[in-house]
Amino acid sequence: MSGAGGARALGYAALAALAALPFFLSSYFQHLAVQIVIWSLVYTGWALMGRFRLTSLGHGAFLGVGAYVPTLLWNNYGVTPWLGIPAAMALAILLAMVVGYPCFRLKVVGHYFALVTLALGQVVLLVIVAAREITGGSLGMTPRAVGHSWYALQLPDKASFYAVALGAWLLGIAAWHWVERGMQRPALEAIAEDEEAAAAVGIDVLKEKLRITALSTGLTALGGALYAQYLMYLNPESMSGVGISLQIVFAAIAGGMYSMFGPTVGACLHHRAQRGAARAVRHAFRRRRQYDLRRAACRVHHLHAARHRGLGRADGGAAEAAGPGHARGPGGRITLDSLRRF
Amino acid sequence: MDIYLLEAIINGLLLGGVLALLSLGLNLIFGVIDVVWIVYAEIVMSAMYGVYWLYSYYHWPLLLACVGAIGIGALIGVLVHVVVIQPILGSAPINQLLATGGLLFFLQSLATLLFGTDYRNLGIRLPVIEIGDIFISFSRLIAFFMALVGAVLLYLFLAKTYLGTAIRAIAQDREIMGLMGVNERRIYVITSAIGGGLAGLAACLLVLQYDVHPFIGLTFGPITFMVCVLGGLGNMIGGFIAAFIISQIIAVGGYYFPVEVAEVLAFVFFIVMILFRPQGILGK
Repeated sequence: MSGAGGARALGYAALAALAALPFFLSSYFQHLAVQIVIWSLVYTGWALMGRFRLTSLGHGAFLGVGAYVPTLLWNNYGVTPWLGIPAAMALAILLAMVVGYPCFRLKVVGHYFALVTLALGQVVLLVIVAAREITGGSLGMTPRAVGHSWYALQLPDKASFYAVALGAWLLGIAAWHWVERGMQRPALEAIAEDEEAAAAVGIDVLKEKLRITALSTGLTALGGALYAQYLMYLNPESMSGVGISLQIVFAAIAGGMYSMFGPTVGACLHHRAQRGAARAVRHAFRRRRQYDLRRAACRVHHLHAARHRGLGRADGGAAEAAGPGHARGPGGRITLDSLRRF
Repeated sequence: MDIYLLEAIINGLLLGGVLALLSLGLNLIFGVIDVVWIVYAEIVMSAMYGVYWLYSYYHWPLLLACVGAIGIGALIGVLVHVVVIQPILGSAPINQLLATGGLLFFLQSLATLLFGTDYRNLGIRLPVIEIGDIFISFSRLIAFFMALVGAVLLYLFLAKTYLGTAIRAIAQDREIMGLMGVNERRIYVITSAIGGGLAGLAACLLVLQYDVHPFIGLTFGPITFMVCVLGGLGNMIGGFIAAFIISQIIAVGGYYFPVEVAEVLAFVFFIVMILFRPQGILGK
């Protein structure tokens, strides 16, 4: 009893420390903290499915729905994100059900399930790009800025956003706790072990799988929505598709998808590691940095050239060969000469 | 018939050749080793950089650079197997898939580190063939014929040589073949080398059509997996048929709709197919 009480007291103390964290951090580390908390929520959402061997390689789809729906509602109809986010979550869950129901019904498991979800992530990416009239396509879009407004969920400082994100993260942890403590966990574990046997002992396999999928995808959509609101910029590549979907999977697994705080640790690791590695690489390749500067200059030039020529590249890059090539020397190498011209 | 529709169909046929070529290696690996190399498209990307690097920096002749790239692909294939797959050969398939997925990020990041995120091309412009009012991309035509040649060579190798027979035998029954005195490990390594080499071959043809950048694998990777699964993972002929179905959906769909919508149609077709026929078009 005292052990459980002690653990609980420790938990509250840790939570209080987390809540107070932004007051001790510089702006840059606040930025990191917000990102880590939001991604922790997303990874936790994914792990809710992943831990029961429902390996989804397409959670980017739900991230994308979560990010774009509130922004589209806000920009086009002035609907507050406070309503837009629940709508996005509902839509993400609906999408998950539309794909999940037949999958579970027809017993698509293992790497077939993984590949179906991979395709789903790609479908959402392509739909966002195709709907470029309203989403801005690959160039991305920004929520219409109104300055500081809680109504629009555009918060003045990182600390406020951190509080919102922390609340959402707590929701994810609570969901995990609820699954862990309820009858769902043993049922889903039995399903993961052997679906037929689980069905034989009276577990409603379809219902259990759909419930955990709904929970997982809803939380992921929430994370996507918060991330878009925080960054105030969305683009299809970073919010949906294969790349981000796989990042979710690997960060969650790296942190540990079987424990409550595993995905959170994964988020810390991922963001720390990214920055640590970036620094190490910069150090090791210090001499390359001057080239980077040149390359950056070149890219500006490319953009410039592209703007005059129009950005459309319908033929998958063949035009590139004849396109901004004059910034490069023979064989695509950047030469000093071409830069001098610039 | 509408001339543009005809052009779309012909180009779709040629795109099918590229997809078929891409799916060859992946199918071989799956059929024999029973592992999904989710990193496959990144091996192609690495080999594309190989061609670029040998041709543009070291000024090798293009054909020699292509041979070099096939070598690079084969080498990466062997490394993938020995370093990543071999230690976890006995674990669940999904874990093996995820392990090669980790490698995907490694190769992407390595390419970013070495080459930056620039779009690079060889600076070669192959002509566009004009027959009547129909335009056909010459590089796609080459890719199409190379896919056919590659498939025939692979078929002959598997059907006619001793090694090929051993590979097919392993694919049929991995437990028994060990007892029959076939060195499984060696066969797996050789198969991985061939699979990687086929990725290299695909890379040689892709690099003529597309600019290479570290994330190019993400653009054609999913379609390649789709083709393989649709054909029945491990089934080469099925893969070929699936490649042409998918490419026709994209090409003809792209005639009526924007190209992204056409790709969405292909993916949706794939999802529906997997639900009702998970073993693929020609799967057992």
